[in-house]
Formats: sequence, C-alpha cells, structure tokens
Amino acid sequence: MTSYPLDPDTYDAAVRREPIRMGFGRGLLEAGRQDGSVVALCADLAESTQMGLFARAFPERFIEVGIAEQNLVTVAAGMARAGKTPFTSSYAAFSPGRCWEQIKTTACINEQPVKIIGSHAGLITGPDGATHQMLEDIALMRVMPGMIVICPGDSIEAEKATLAIAKNGLPSYLRVARDATPIFSTPESPFDIGRAYVLREGTDITLIGTGTLTYQLLIAAHILEGRGIAAEVVHAPTIKPLDEETILASVAKTGAAVSAEEGQVAGGLGGAVAELLCEKLPAPLLRLGVNDRYGESGTPGELMETFGLTGDQLAVRTAEFLQRPSASRRV
Amino acid sequence: MTDPQPQKPRTIEELEGIANELRVSVLDMLAKAGSGHSAGPLGMAEILTVLYFRCMRHDPKDPDWPDRDIFMLSNGHTAPILYAAMAHSGYFPLSELDTLRRFGSRLQGHPERRSLPGLENTSGPLGEGLSQGAGYAYVLRHLDRNPQRFVYVVMGDGEIDEGNVWEAAMFAAKYHLGNLVAFVDRNFIQIDGSTEDVMPLGDLTGKWRTFGWHVLEVDGNNVGALIEAVALAKAVTDRPTVIIANTVPGKGVKYMEYDYAWHGKPPTAQQAREWIAVLTNTSMEKEDA
Repeated sequence: MTSYPLDPDTYDAAVRREPIRMGFGRGLLEAGRQDGSVVALCADLAESTQMGLFARAFPERFIEVGIAEQNLVTVAAGMARAGKTPFTSSYAAFSPGRCWEQIKTTACINEQPVKIIGSHAGLITGPDGATHQMLEDIALMRVMPGMIVICPGDSIEAEKATLAIAKNGLPSYLRVARDATPIFSTPESPFDIGRAYVLREGTDITLIGTGTLTYQLLIAAHILEGRGIAAEVVHAPTIKPLDEETILASVAKTGAAVSAEEGQVAGGLGGAVAELLCEKLPAPLLRLGVNDRYGESGTPGELMETFGLTGDQLAVRTAEFLQRPSASRRV
Repeated sequence: MTDPQPQKPRTIEELEGIANELRVSVLDMLAKAGSGHSAGPLGMAEILTVLYFRCMRHDPKDPDWPDRDIFMLSNGHTAPILYAAMAHSGYFPLSELDTLRRFGSRLQGHPERRSLPGLENTSGPLGEGLSQGAGYAYVLRHLDRNPQRFVYVVMGDGEIDEGNVWEAAMFAAKYHLGNLVAFVDRNFIQIDGSTEDVMPLGDLTGKWRTFGWHVLEVDGNNVGALIEAVALAKAVTDRPTVIIANTVPGKGVKYMEYDYAWHGKPPTAQQAREWIAVLTNTSMEKEDA
C-alpha cells in the first residue's frame, strides 16, 4: 500500500481545480511571514505570477525591476550576496528563457540562493501561442550544475515546494502553470525536495509523471485498471535531484516505464529517466510529452489533446506500448 | 562598528608607487601564466589602487567584515589587477600571484567568488556586475538601512555594449542608489578594435546622465583625480554615481599603450622582464626625486 494520501475526489469529475501558480503565491506569502530575509523581485508580472500577494503584505520587500529578466536574476544574485533570500518571477519563457547565462554565472557558479519561478510554463499557457509556451525550461535548468529543479503537480504541492526552496539555501527553479488544473494531493501529502512518491501501486508498468501530467497519469492508470493493466504511478515533483531509488524500485518491479511531462522530452523528465534507466536498470521506456516541436495557439484542452497528453490518450498509448513484445513481461 | 576608516592615510605619491607595484605584479603574473589580458588591467591600476588602498573600508584579515564596503569587478577578464590589489593589500601572499590561471589555483582565469575569500562576485561574462552591485546596494539602502557602507563596481567600456548594463542603470536610478559608485574604464578598446568602431558608445556622459545618474568624468590614471571623484560620488546620496575614468590601455608600458592588440594577450617572459625593469626604474627615480 502506498502511504501517499490522494484527494478523495481525484478520480471524480468534480475534482477541485486551481492554477498551480496560486500555490506559489500562498507559499511565498507564508515564506515571507516566516523569514524576514525573503524578498521578491518581479519583471512586470506580479499579478500574473501571483507575487502580488507577497507584494501587498510586504511592500518593502517587493522589488519591481521592470521588463528586464537579465537584470531580474542578477539583481537578485546581488541581494543574495547581501544576505537575502530572493525569489524572482516571470513567465518561464522569459526567465529562465532569456537569462540562462546570468543564472549560471551569478546564481550557480557564484553559489547564491536565487529562486527562479517560471510561471505560465507548458502547453496549458494556451492561446498565447508558441512563444509563450515554455517547453524547454526543464532541460535548460536541469543541465546546470548546482540547480534544483522542481515541477509541482498541483497548487497544494506548489505551496509546499515554495516553502521548501525558501529554506534550502540553494539556487532553485520552480516551474508553475497558469490555468486551473486538478488537485490530487492533500495538505497532509508529503513533499520533500529530491523525493518522488508512489501515488498508486501496480505491477505491470511504471508511469512517471511531473507537474500537471501526474494527474493525467493517475487518470490513465484508473482507465488501465479497467482493462486489467495494473499501472504504478510515480510522481516526481523534483526532477533534479531525481529520486533514483524510488524510480528504480518501481521499474525493478514492473519492468517497463512511461514518462509524461508538459514539455520537451529531450532533456526533460523523459531525458532524466532515460539516463537513469540506461545506466542503472535498462528497461523499455516510452517518453511522452512534446517531441522536438513548438506549441501553437489553442485552448489548453485542445493542445493537450493534440499532443496526446490527456488521461485517455495516455492510457491508450501506454496500452499500445505494452503490446510491444519488448515492453511487457505480461505477454 | 569596529573601525570607521581602516585605511591608512597615504599620500598621492605613495599611492602612485603602489599602482606601479601592481603593474609590475600584473606583468609578472601574466608572463608566468602564459595567457590572459594585459591592456585593461594595466590601465586600471590607479582605479584599483585608489579603492583598495585609500577609499574602501575593508579588512584583508577579515574578508567578511560585516561593515565592509563591497567591490565587484564586472569585467572579470581584468582579474590580474584585482588579484594584484588584493595580494598587495594582504588578502593572500604575493607569491600566490604566480599561480594565476593554473590548475588548482584560487586565482581562476576569471574571478570566482567561491574560490577566493574577499571576492564578492563571480564574473567573466560581461554586463552582470552593475546589477549585482545594484542588488547589494538596494539591500543596504532600503532593507538594512545602512548608510555607512558603499558598493563599488568596475566595468569596462566595451562591456557596456551589453543590454544588461542599461537595465541595471535604470534600476539603480529608479531606486536612488546613492550608495552605488560605478566606474567605467574608458580606454576605447575592446577585442575587435576601437570601441567606437565596434559599437560606438559616443557621448557616454550624456547617456548615463539621461539614465538618471550622477556622472563624473576624470583622468582614470590620475590618483588625485580619482580620490576626488570618489569623494564627490559619496556626497551625492539621492542618485548612483558613475565615474567615467579615461584611462590609457596598457598604461605604463609604452609598447602596449593604446594598442588594442594587447587587449587579450600576455607579455612574453622577456618582455615582462624588460618592462618591469622600466617600471621599477621609474618608481626608483621618483623615490630619488
């Protein structure tokens, strides 16, 4: 039995939904209450990224830097050197999209605990189109030595993740999304940086998700159960450092894996899982997400459908994958 | 506050002598390293001398002294002059300068904060020092409300081609960072040639003034002028100050002066010996006089 408490409405159409970024907003507010060294910097998107909550509570610790993402993270690095814990926020397309080298030099090599909050990440940014749908951020940040990469599954977890990075003393990237997405975790569900969690046990295949796709994998597993396939769902909110132990233990049991993320599989969660399994436990792996293309305008639902990332589609793709002789020990 | 002014009062002549010693160290360490930048560090000798030996509050025996002023080198490729100033100040032994750019050395090719106590920032990629300095100055002025400490940033002139610099310039003006003093080492050279050919900077004074800064323009190889400029900068508390320091690239080595070809290469051992001899004689002549 998995000990991870899921929201009782997880598999119900009435599941509660909330934008993941709202959890960040609440977490930052609480971090600000707990720690006077927490400061928040924004590049003209305070309300969008939910930094407004902090800004109104602690106006003296909120710093508006204008539409200048390079300056956003480097000013933050200077503030960190002066003893503060700076949170920076923008759309992920712009930060870390525009300021990667600044993050590398002034936060990571320089060992300053700058927090990079990339909001509006992934396909569900929707109508804004390809330029604003950041799909490469996980790969960009994961490759950077010294960077922690976290992609919470829902708003409750985002709140916990925000509080956790406020205290970890390290450069950290937190990926959050705009549109309301289902809440599957509970206030009592565990969250520790670097830990993955088995949300649902199974013996036929391991489904590894991060961010909004974990919920879709839960739905997929629920559908697969009806077809006699017992899928284990592993939620990996921390992509770096990856919880190798939990993932390996699951794949050792099931013998095959599917990864799913709302971003490029190259270098993303899919890349991380592929690296892990190739080196430590070779096993068939299907990486689902975005495969070497950009998004486009559309509703979040249309885009998820187009990229085959709804729960229904994930179930079908997983079942097809298991049909391959190499992928299944059940056959 | 343990010591409001840890600097010994030094005369202009003493400071000029120190600048000359720093130049000797720069030539020596670059020749030993076999790679590195020559022109900028030599041209900046007086700026670093004035900061480390006269104007800044710092304690080489206690690099993290909480009341210290902050120095951030933004054009990290000029590291040799910073290392020379730090070694001569007492941050580490002079002999360690011989390790510049070598494997395992604390004196990395471009300054790395985590490797050497006394460094406040990591730099090399250009255009990032002013915003880090502005971030620090913001904390001192608006959050810690500490009026005693100042933040000094040195940039190259070619460096300010970078947009990040102007983002920082707007930020520092908006938040009235009167505790931030920036230098632009105006030597008119960058790797590919003259700054005015590569990307004309034009009226730098006008540009910074329009961005809301208090602007001073001085002879950047004149110790007295630099000391005066820093005093004027500190006296203006409602705006950040930029000191446009007109310097001679390669200053002190006549074969190098004004020649952009020396931006990114070191002297040979033979050249270093000859030029150090000239510099040493010059300073001895001054001492005799």
